[in-house]
Amino acid sequence: MLELDNVEVTLGTVHLRFDHELEPASLNVLLGRSGSGKSTLLNLIAGFAQPDHGDIRWAGKSLLPLSADQRPVNSLFQSHNLFAHLTITDNVGLALHPGLRLTRTDKTEVAEALAQVGLAAHGARRPPELSGGEQQRAALARCLLRRKPILLMDEPFGALDGATRQDMLTLTREVIDRYRPCTLLVTHEPDDGDALGADRLLVEDGRLQSISGAPT
Amino acid sequence: MPVPTLPPSRPRGRAIATTLLAFLLPALAPFDEGIAADRTLTVYTYESFVSEWGPGPIIKEAFEAKCGDCTVDFVALDSSAGILNRVQLEGENTRADIVLGLDTNLMAIAEDSGLLATAEVDTSGLQLPIEWTSEIFVPYDYGYFAFVYDTEALSTPPSSFDALLAAPDDVRIIIQDPRTSTPGLGLLLWIKAVYGDAAAEVWARLQPRIVTVTKGWSEAYFSLFLNGEAPMVLSYSTSPGYHMAVDETDRWQAAAFEEGHYLQVEVAAALDSSDELPLAREFLAFLTTPPAQSSIPLGNVMYPVVDLGDDLPEAFGRLIEPASVLQLSPEVVRDNRSDWIDEWLDASTR
Amino acid sequence: MAGRVDTLSPSRWWLPGTLALTVVAALTVLPLVAMLMAAGELEPARLLGDPWIGRVIRFSLMQATLSTLFSLVLAIPVALALAHEPRFPGRTALVNLFSLSLVIPTLVAIYGIVAVYGRNGWFNSTLEAIGIEPLALYGLNGILIAHVFFNMPLAARVLLQTLENVPIDEWRLATQLGMTSLSRFRLIEWPCLRAPLTGLAVLIFTLCFTSFAIVMTLGGGPRATTIEVAIYQALRFDFDLPMAVSLALVQLAFCVLLMFVSTLAPETRVLGFNAPGPARRDTGGSANDWRPRFSQSERLTNCLIITLAAAFVLLPLLAMLAASLNGKLMSVLTDPGTLLAIRNTVLAAGIASLLTLALAVGLLLSVRHLRVRRGHDRIGRWLQLAGNVILVLPPVVLGTGLFLLLRPWADVFSLALLLVIVINALMALPFALRIIEAPMMRAARDHDRLLQSLGIQGWNRWRLIDWPLIRRPLGLAVAMAASLSAGDLSAIALFGSERIRTLPLLLYERMGSYRLEEAAVTAGLLLVLCLSLFAILQRLVGGSRA
Repeated sequence: MLELDNVEVTLGTVHLRFDHELEPASLNVLLGRSGSGKSTLLNLIAGFAQPDHGDIRWAGKSLLPLSADQRPVNSLFQSHNLFAHLTITDNVGLALHPGLRLTRTDKTEVAEALAQVGLAAHGARRPPELSGGEQQRAALARCLLRRKPILLMDEPFGALDGATRQDMLTLTREVIDRYRPCTLLVTHEPDDGDALGADRLLVEDGRLQSISGAPT
Repeated sequence: MPVPTLPPSRPRGRAIATTLLAFLLPALAPFDEGIAADRTLTVYTYESFVSEWGPGPIIKEAFEAKCGDCTVDFVALDSSAGILNRVQLEGENTRADIVLGLDTNLMAIAEDSGLLATAEVDTSGLQLPIEWTSEIFVPYDYGYFAFVYDTEALSTPPSSFDALLAAPDDVRIIIQDPRTSTPGLGLLLWIKAVYGDAAAEVWARLQPRIVTVTKGWSEAYFSLFLNGEAPMVLSYSTSPGYHMAVDETDRWQAAAFEEGHYLQVEVAAALDSSDELPLAREFLAFLTTPPAQSSIPLGNVMYPVVDLGDDLPEAFGRLIEPASVLQLSPEVVRDNRSDWIDEWLDASTR
Repeated sequence: MAGRVDTLSPSRWWLPGTLALTVVAALTVLPLVAMLMAAGELEPARLLGDPWIGRVIRFSLMQATLSTLFSLVLAIPVALALAHEPRFPGRTALVNLFSLSLVIPTLVAIYGIVAVYGRNGWFNSTLEAIGIEPLALYGLNGILIAHVFFNMPLAARVLLQTLENVPIDEWRLATQLGMTSLSRFRLIEWPCLRAPLTGLAVLIFTLCFTSFAIVMTLGGGPRATTIEVAIYQALRFDFDLPMAVSLALVQLAFCVLLMFVSTLAPETRVLGFNAPGPARRDTGGSANDWRPRFSQSERLTNCLIITLAAAFVLLPLLAMLAASLNGKLMSVLTDPGTLLAIRNTVLAAGIASLLTLALAVGLLLSVRHLRVRRGHDRIGRWLQLAGNVILVLPPVVLGTGLFLLLRPWADVFSLALLLVIVINALMALPFALRIIEAPMMRAARDHDRLLQSLGIQGWNRWRLIDWPLIRRPLGLAVAMAASLSAGDLSAIALFGSERIRTLPLLLYERMGSYRLEEAAVTAGLLLVLCLSLFAILQRLVGGSRA
């Protein structure tokens, strides 16, 4: 259970207060206008920002004392998910060791993860050589390897075209089905929720609320 | 010797650099050549004196041969004023036994510091254009300030200051700044000696002729004069001596001015606080002997203070002889220098 | 309520920066303090009441402001032209040469500038031949030409660096939208150029404000006096320590004021855009070469600008080289004294440049943490500017101050070489900072969250991420620092003795001994040495794509 216990943060003039509980292995789509605080929420959970008040707990234990890399969180950003000067294999390998000191077992796991997202042949390439969709797949592969119970995705498919987008959503669904993380997906496309069969959350007026049915 | 400690998480290359630094630094540090000798004589002087073509190395070798167990240790400072500065800053704790390279303009100020000892050297037999009366300072060379000109650019140079002021427009000069350069100050005093109270006006009239005022002699001579920026540059009457003797060209000559030329005498003195005062005095005496003096004409490009006879380079016999020798006493210079420079500034920026 | 724990900081992030600042402070603040104590009473009334000082200050400000303006205004079209023509022949060599004009010893540069623009120079001779009035060099003109010669090329290079980071997509977009060159400039290029301008302006202003030999020699007369000259006069000729220190403080005050004002300028985000798409890499290869199709006249203008800039920088250097090809060439090259001086110069320059790099990177590591992770932008920028302080202290003040400081503890002359190396390292620091700062901050901003999320920090971060990404600017910084050190005369003149001869010192000695032809050869040799050091180090440290 991911608990947001009266988490308050003030950014400039915007005051946000999140009080909500998310089931483990749930799939949630986060909607809201630009600037409403969706990304901030993700940053708070991931540990890139600290709340002014309140607590964030996972499985009963507070996450706040933990640094970003200690938290049980995988993050997928809209861009800069990969290091352009490292190969795909290295990029994915960073999930296992931040210094890329990989054992033989580690390397096998990396290869498997790449295969799972359909990038087995591209391991030696570098991100600029891949298309946008392929890059996000590599990022997903890294998330697979890290195997954290919480998955945060901040408009990861925003830059992709329709068909690729659908492919990515399908792939994401497969990944989620296999590993069942508690997932928060920020998106502008309300239909993404339908594609994934997800619960919908809306960030509005600094509050988080569940909504269901078609958006107005 | 402190070795800079580098912060953690540095690339290996930096660690290598630190090690290298630690290793090489002792190797690069000047060896104390005085290890073998018993007595060390420390001489503060200016750079060109100790350059490999200057008189320094010759004098050092000759003196060390003479005294047998001593070492002459030259310390080069950036200018004659720098020498004086350093000694003043160090006061009685100075390492120097001898200061070599002051000129007559700094003599009074140096003497005022109270740090100098009497030289105990007989200067009566020295060949100088003026009578030498100082007990403290020993002269080791002299010269006259003069305008050196390019014979290929100027066939008939002005024969006096008045002629210079009346010369055609294309006769222009490069001079140095009296605030930062010895020849620059020399020109200031020269004009003062010739014109007295009218000096300010002369400077004002000279302005259109001045191409520029440089920081030092090197910029004037090397960067500007040699590039042909002006046909005349302020230097020493002995400068052509070098060109004639070593470069073997007569192209550059000095212009003789009827009003006379200002004298520049370079001096040395011993420090009262020296541990080796007798040796220092020996050195000062040595400076005025032919073995040391023979290095002066081509080493320092100035006149020696003794008669070298045939050892004087032939070219020196073809240098201009001033119609009269001008000089203002060191005390007068000390008392008025500041005001005269202000006067010059005023006239130059009107 | 959970306790708030600082989970954003790697341990001891402040250590490298503090160490670097300590070294900088020890060699700038402490000598100044030593001088203050030795000077005793400062008598500000004497200073303020003197109208001459007022004129000096006004002149210093005026020439520095004009020089900065001209340097930057001229650098912009040059940078643009170079950015627009990625395949211009000899471009790489030219860009490298641009980094060099600042490191040449002043004396050598003056020779070259006079040879080209002087009354007897190439330029004026040509003008006279075609019947135009010759250009008067000595005066404000000369000062500006020399300052622009020194500073415009570096500014152009830094600006070019930022322009080359404009994403290809933006060029393409501009073309597709049918933007005129004016719009393109206004909307794409100018915002890009604006970012480093403040920092560059501060650096160039400080350099010109404290300019000494150039102002004197090319200024034409005492009308052109800067505060630095007045300090030199006070210290060396009047032996007036209080006056010298007072003037030094005035100079310091102005520069600090300028630095303060510059931190008020809004920090434009250096390309930390959140644009979707692949992380932009400095490919430097053909992938980055796409440019909009420029019109014939635009291309012609670009070529003209590049050629003019190249001529402007090259001609004085060529004049110097030409002078060095005289009869004494072989004898100087084979002279053991020359070879020893070369060895000393290379060694000292190499060590100094590594020290500069350590200081710059150390400082920037801590500043990076402050700015990117903690969001303390102002403090971060201030600390960076601290690296500029060394430029404000006149060498003669620094020398005297250090001497006063160290005298009770050590024989200053035996420490000479160490001091020279450290001072040279500090003098190159502002340039190194300017070169490394933007790439380092950009890389940090782009990847910060990912790095945090994966827990990549410390040595791992440096090895895997920082070094590959900023290797090229690091190489440039090291190369610049080394050649700056190689060509430096002021530091060695403070402490040098005849035992530690470097090439600049040898040059000066030869000049002073009337060995003018040998001096010319030495000057040419020094130029070639600076150039070679630069090229080699840039390749070595910056990598083969540098």
